[in-house]
Amino acid sequence: MSNLFFTEEHEWVRVEGNKAYIGISNYAQSQLGDIVYVELPEMDDEVSVGDSVGVVESVKSASDLFTPVSGTIVEINEDLEDSPELLNEDAMANWIVAIELSEKEDLTSLMDEEDYKQFLGEDA
Amino acid sequence: MSYDRLIFENSVPGKFAYSLPKLDVPEIDPSSLGTPIREELDLPEVSEGDLIRHYVNISTKNFSIDKGFYPLGSCTMKYNPKINENVARIPGLSKIHPYQPQSTVQGSLALLYELQEYLAEVSGMDTMTLQPAAGAQGELAGLMIIKKYHELRGDHHRTKIILPDSAHGTNPATTAMAGFELVEIPSDEDGSVDIEELKAVIDGNLAGLMLTNPNTLGLFEGHIEEVTQIIHDAGGLIYYDGANMNAIMGRARPGDMGFDVMHFNVHKTFSTPHGGGGPGAGPVGVKAFLREFLPVPLIEKEGENYVLNYDLPNSIGKVKAFYGNYGILVRTFSYISTMGGPGLREASEMAVLNANYLMERLKKTYRLPIDKLCKHEFVLSGIQAAPNVSTLDIAKRLMDFGFHPPTVYFPLIIPEAMMIEPTETESRDTLDRFMDALEAIAKEAVENPELLHNAPYTTPVRRIDEVYAAKALILTYKDMLNEKN
Repeated sequence: MSNLFFTEEHEWVRVEGNKAYIGISNYAQSQLGDIVYVELPEMDDEVSVGDSVGVVESVKSASDLFTPVSGTIVEINEDLEDSPELLNEDAMANWIVAIELSEKEDLTSLMDEEDYKQFLGEDA
Repeated sequence: MSYDRLIFENSVPGKFAYSLPKLDVPEIDPSSLGTPIREELDLPEVSEGDLIRHYVNISTKNFSIDKGFYPLGSCTMKYNPKINENVARIPGLSKIHPYQPQSTVQGSLALLYELQEYLAEVSGMDTMTLQPAAGAQGELAGLMIIKKYHELRGDHHRTKIILPDSAHGTNPATTAMAGFELVEIPSDEDGSVDIEELKAVIDGNLAGLMLTNPNTLGLFEGHIEEVTQIIHDAGGLIYYDGANMNAIMGRARPGDMGFDVMHFNVHKTFSTPHGGGGPGAGPVGVKAFLREFLPVPLIEKEGENYVLNYDLPNSIGKVKAFYGNYGILVRTFSYISTMGGPGLREASEMAVLNANYLMERLKKTYRLPIDKLCKHEFVLSGIQAAPNVSTLDIAKRLMDFGFHPPTVYFPLIIPEAMMIEPTETESRDTLDRFMDALEAIAKEAVENPELLHNAPYTTPVRRIDEVYAAKALILTYKDMLNEKN
């Protein structure tokens, strides 16, 4: 089983051990356009599924980043504070936050890459 | 001298635009007055002629509703009749002071009282306050009233406000500002509230729901009575965002639909100027059972006299000094009085007719994601024959045709959204010319997309570097000098 998952809100989740790295999909960055600001959450915050864990602001709009998993914020990608355009350059390589998972079952409701591609086909 | 430059750049030491009489009192040493806040103030030094020409020149570069068609969806950029300005300048209405004895301003209090009555009639609500200084503040006051209602009943756990994703853009901010928890629900395929999704998020913590009807897609909520029923059954209150009242005046009333609290945006519905942050008004109306929570004072009639009633122990308090932005309320009164009931109804009918007239022709060239009878506005989503041309390029190119672009990339639920609201005050000729322009652009998009990509060509400033503008915040002349160095 792959360790890469996607949400209907166009976030991706890469699971490494008990940690989930979360970013936005390539489709999301292309829809947002030029990203000019990324707001990161506080370290050690406890979050549950559906909570906002950041904001991605582009020239078009500001969008919340919703976490598809519950747990504790253990890493934030501070590079994005000075270089938010990294998300446009390579959305899949640049994670935004990492969450120490409290419930691994959260992952079962997410799409794998194949499902996500299909979802985009229907959505686009 | 270029009048286009900043006034600071045209400054010449020693130039001035005033002439004072010779000093006829003894001069004193400023240092004897204590330490100054600053040594000098860096004000531009220009002559009166330089000053006037600078501002008149830059003012002509602005686009305004007095200069051309402004179909900015969601904003209702309708014409502001000049009679409103004349009325607001009548000395008896303009040369008064809020601290004057009430007995000397009975005419003004009568005007405000009658305006409340008019708004109650248009909305179907029982009691109005004219105090909030803008629609957004009206929303906040409305949600504070809902909060106070629940708190007084001991329902401190009711902290959830539901918002459909087609809500007016200010609603999420208001919800957060009022200290509520926001729960967003998706729309169904027709752009209305999805009843199943609504039922799924209802629980004992429900405080209420905010709804814009017609919604931001310009569509009337088909099952509005079902929505209000569900919310009331769950012990919540339902808030009507009056942003789009322009489309239903004289035809349907929020009070009759079951709403408990609402606000008007008088700059949209009643033709007062869009202030650009200047004075506005956002009157709030409530059903009778919420009257006790309204901001004080209420303007009431006692026999033949108009009085200010401060005796509301459960009031949320004042939300604005004195009685709101009086001058704007006078313009609102003027508009309603000149239009009359049938006139307001006709205004709404024309707003809806104009929007549908545009939609029916434009849908042949542009993608129309939700194709059903619209109210006062509708949302397109790119050019059919050129799907890869962005809405941004279309909007920029429209400026070369002399039109203000529609709202773009909003609402967020429609990709490449272009939201068009013609308003009732435009003639058929203007609407036709606007559609001619959009069709010409659609043709250009197929034949020469590069032309669109580099537009606009005829405006004082060409394509703005939006990324740079968003990241490098140069907000003052000093910032600009630093950036240059």
